[in-house]
Amino acid sequence: MNRSLIVHRAGQGMTIQDLGRFGYLEYGLSRGGAADHLAIAEGAALLGQGRCKATLEMAGMGGEFEATEDMRIALTGAPMRASVDGARVVWNASHALPKGARLSIGGAVTGVYGYLHVGGGLETTVKLGARSAHLAAGLGSPVLAGDSLPVGPDQGVCQIGMGLEPSQRFDGGLLRIVPSLQTEFFTPEQIQHFETTEFRRDTRGNRMGVRLQTKGVGFQSEAGLSVVSEVIVPGDVQITGDGAPFVLLSECQTTGGYPRIGTVLPADLPRVAQACAGAVLQFKFVSLEDAVEIESREWKKLQNLRQTIQPLIRDPRKIPNLLSYQLISGVTAGDDLDKALQ
Amino acid sequence: MPLSSEWPRLCTLGVDGFLVQFGDRLSEQANRAALTFRVALESQNWDGIEETSTSLVSTYLRFDPQWQTHADLRVMLKGLLAQQDWFTGDLPTGRRLWRVPTVYGTTMAPQLDEAARAAGMTVDEAVASVSQSRVRVQTIGFAPGQPYLGELPQVWNIPRQTALTDKVPEGALAVAIQQLVLFSVTTPTGWRHIGQTAFRLFRPETEQPFVLRPGDEVIFVSTSPETLTQMKRDADGGATFEVIT
Repeated sequence: MNRSLIVHRAGQGMTIQDLGRFGYLEYGLSRGGAADHLAIAEGAALLGQGRCKATLEMAGMGGEFEATEDMRIALTGAPMRASVDGARVVWNASHALPKGARLSIGGAVTGVYGYLHVGGGLETTVKLGARSAHLAAGLGSPVLAGDSLPVGPDQGVCQIGMGLEPSQRFDGGLLRIVPSLQTEFFTPEQIQHFETTEFRRDTRGNRMGVRLQTKGVGFQSEAGLSVVSEVIVPGDVQITGDGAPFVLLSECQTTGGYPRIGTVLPADLPRVAQACAGAVLQFKFVSLEDAVEIESREWKKLQNLRQTIQPLIRDPRKIPNLLSYQLISGVTAGDDLDKALQ
Repeated sequence: MPLSSEWPRLCTLGVDGFLVQFGDRLSEQANRAALTFRVALESQNWDGIEETSTSLVSTYLRFDPQWQTHADLRVMLKGLLAQQDWFTGDLPTGRRLWRVPTVYGTTMAPQLDEAARAAGMTVDEAVASVSQSRVRVQTIGFAPGQPYLGELPQVWNIPRQTALTDKVPEGALAVAIQQLVLFSVTTPTGWRHIGQTAFRLFRPETEQPFVLRPGDEVIFVSTSPETLTQMKRDADGGATFEVIT
């Protein structure tokens, strides 16, 4: 049988994702790719392989999987309960998935998007330079129970049983934002109000964008109501007709006519994508110079992720078959050596 | 207005992009400027440029700030902008003129009557007006490969419907605000469905997934429902093109 990952059960909205496709903006196709690009980098670091490998993105709910050959896997992004043949495995770590074993992944404990990476990456058909499903554009399709996903040869070098400390991003927080072409449509009072408001992530949200709720008055701009459709980039914060902000993510449309108050830094977009419903999010404007500096630091951090991974320290209380280990074979009466020399 | 000293305007878009705006509302000149400037920009082969595109009235440029600073790029863009009057220059060469067979009205395009009334014309006048207009792909957006075309005669400055049509099929030709949209997917819309083509605009399974490019021109030639049905077997739905020289 081919080297593949069999899907026995799949949560809704499960798709194959990589870093997306660039270069098709002129044709109306946005880059798409993993909603949480940091989770892709973390998985690549854990498995010691390139960030270009395709992974399985699980939107709030996991599934059940079986490998047709021994594989290495890594689990990153929104933490979910996972087990291999009934034995609990920890998140943000790499593990062995032996041939025939069942990997079971439950719902997200916090955050939204969990990721299952396999050594060698998922090798589904490349379309327009990427394997990412872009459902809004009609590229690819959701992963369903019964699918068998081809897996590439594993050339990674890392051992399994490695873990990393993930960047905290699953319960909202501060989003840094730069001014954009339409920021001036909003009055200084509106901007100040915008920065001091605690928004909550609405239940309405997907890979295209996330709506934020606000109590009290919205942020509608009079001047912005009749703007000509203009280029959209991921991170843009649209103020929609009802005055609520809508933060656009990687699968957004390429142009839009709602006024935009600014653009969230790419470094903070995983925090937007992963904020669970009800999480509090706040915005803070930073200068373009600071933003470039922040992005540069983030880039270096991603380059160095490999150095941050550590062997997992197993908690004996979590080892289900602890008593089957030979824990006392080294214990002696203390006089063995003396006896031997006699 | 395009020719005032206010335009073009240069601003940043996100952390890694610039937008050169040639107006704040759609006009033939602003669209011409955006298309022409983009081609000039691409031909510079500047370091660190990752992607360019156009919207209705602007040229967008995405770059790698690790390679190129905002300050340097701003100077370079201003220098290039100063080289000519982009509003009146010749459009880029290599563009194509497409003739796309279109069924106007009938059950295939049920809102022709309504659109003609809104424009103050008879149905025949409306068909003659649209089918004889040579329109330009002003931009592609909303869905992959989907063009916004214009501009139509002033009489077509009709608003979008307040209520959405539940669904128009792929290949539907719809009108509002002196523009046409040719739909690349089945979608709800506020534009009025006046014609139907068999032209597939997005073909992800092929080497050339996108058919139209910004700046291409199109004539939606009137045809009969029977002819169009036959043309459905053709990959281009009977559409043909010639390169504009």
